[in-house]
Amino acid sequence: MTSDNLDETITRTYHEQWARVVAGLARRFGDLDLAEESTAEAFATAVARWPVEGVPPNPGAWLTVTANRRAIDRIRREAKRDDKQKQAQQMYDVPPEPTAAIEDDRLRLIFTCCHPALSVEARVALTLRLVGGLTVPEIARAFLIQEPALGRRITRAKSKIKSARIPYRVPSADDLPGRLAGVLTVLYLIFNEGYLATGPGTDPVRRELTTEAIRLTRLVCELMPHDGEVAGLLALMLLSEARHDARVSATGELVPLQEQDRGSWDAAMIAEGHAIVRERVATEVPPGRYQMLAAINAVHTDAADARDTDWSQIVALYDQLLRIDPSPIVALNRAVAVAELDGPEVALSLVDRLDPALAGYHAYHVTRAELLRRLGRSQESRAAYDTAIGLAGNSAETAYLSRRRDQLGVRPPAD
Amino acid sequence: MQYLVSVIDDDDTQANDDEMAAVTAFNRRLRADGHWIFAGGLAAPESATVIDNRADAAVFSDGPFIETKEHLAGLWIIEAADLDEALKLGAEASKHCNRKLEVRPFVDL
Repeated sequence: MTSDNLDETITRTYHEQWARVVAGLARRFGDLDLAEESTAEAFATAVARWPVEGVPPNPGAWLTVTANRRAIDRIRREAKRDDKQKQAQQMYDVPPEPTAAIEDDRLRLIFTCCHPALSVEARVALTLRLVGGLTVPEIARAFLIQEPALGRRITRAKSKIKSARIPYRVPSADDLPGRLAGVLTVLYLIFNEGYLATGPGTDPVRRELTTEAIRLTRLVCELMPHDGEVAGLLALMLLSEARHDARVSATGELVPLQEQDRGSWDAAMIAEGHAIVRERVATEVPPGRYQMLAAINAVHTDAADARDTDWSQIVALYDQLLRIDPSPIVALNRAVAVAELDGPEVALSLVDRLDPALAGYHAYHVTRAELLRRLGRSQESRAAYDTAIGLAGNSAETAYLSRRRDQLGVRPPAD
Repeated sequence: MQYLVSVIDDDDTQANDDEMAAVTAFNRRLRADGHWIFAGGLAAPESATVIDNRADAAVFSDGPFIETKEHLAGLWIIEAADLDEALKLGAEASKHCNRKLEVRPFVDL
């Protein structure tokens, strides 16, 4: 095996096996810390030994055995100091289960990491670390926070799981819909932070986060193949991620949907996203929020040219979405589609009715700026761009908005 | 595993008759289902006395809670298998006593 091949094998094995090994150890030993550290050690051992000894025939089994041994070593070492071994065994009263339940272990891990008693920030960090296998420095970099602060956040969350006894299990059928919605929120948050990264002077798109969010959502999708919303979220992410190359120009500006080079969209991702949306429509089960957002994105990505977009269908989908999610943000997005169907004046009157709920949301001001521009109300448009630029956190978006504003040809109001 | 359920209140009004009746019925259920350890409502924070006898000379003073906006109005101690069960009971308790609550585990010895 060449060293390139070997690196690739190790990376792939890491992606495929990390969550599985952590989750199995967490069930066996009832201790997330121990599971995480032993798994990390097992992978470090693999990186050191596989280039010399060759990749074992069943890398997953090798890692599980190695990580288990490391965990037992640790427990023995610590048991000498105090009674940790007993403590670790008593931590959860989970009876030993047959190995067939191994798929469930990862699901257990995901639900534990996304437990509603943890803060949202902690859920995101824990999910990326324990399920995604990202390292603390990687997560800290992606979210622009200091490593020690992120480390403390993860440690605190793990210690809450242990001391408050957050159970390591998949919620009961009664609780499942609500708890799953919480998991999807975490995954979507990770995706969005990568998709429209905040913070000046940073990459406008952090693909390590979007890629990871898609990978994790795919995993939940495999584990819960009958859930429409998980599938919907995966489709939504794929249809958004498919446009990543076209979304930011060579000069680092955000390119709006209607101006994107559709030839550079990722055809395979779009095909997969469309296939999921079609499958969900065929079930005739009433779609939830993510499935509707995916359907809207499917209509957008269905048009070979922006002018071919079926706006009436998009408005109809937003109407449907508003019925289950009557939020001002959905109403704002609907108004953007209405502008294409009924003109900017109708849309602007809809948008102006939304204030003040959205006054702090940059997209609200972007929408107003664009509509006012189309109505020839340049001075007001300029003011709206200014507000939007002040609120937008994404560097590519700020660059785009500044250029749009400056094209208006009106001077800033004199003081 | 035992959890302390603290009832958080932001004014001094005692529980009304409806709240008392709901709490009494809830407590009966806690007993029947084996979750009951203890429960009680507290008198107004003004009635509290702080004692510091660390230096072997007991000093008494008014409760520190008297100055805070929110105070402890009562508590339950419940037995629950895990946090999910404790939170479920806590959510019910919050509804019955019509107050905000904090659920906190005792150190598991």
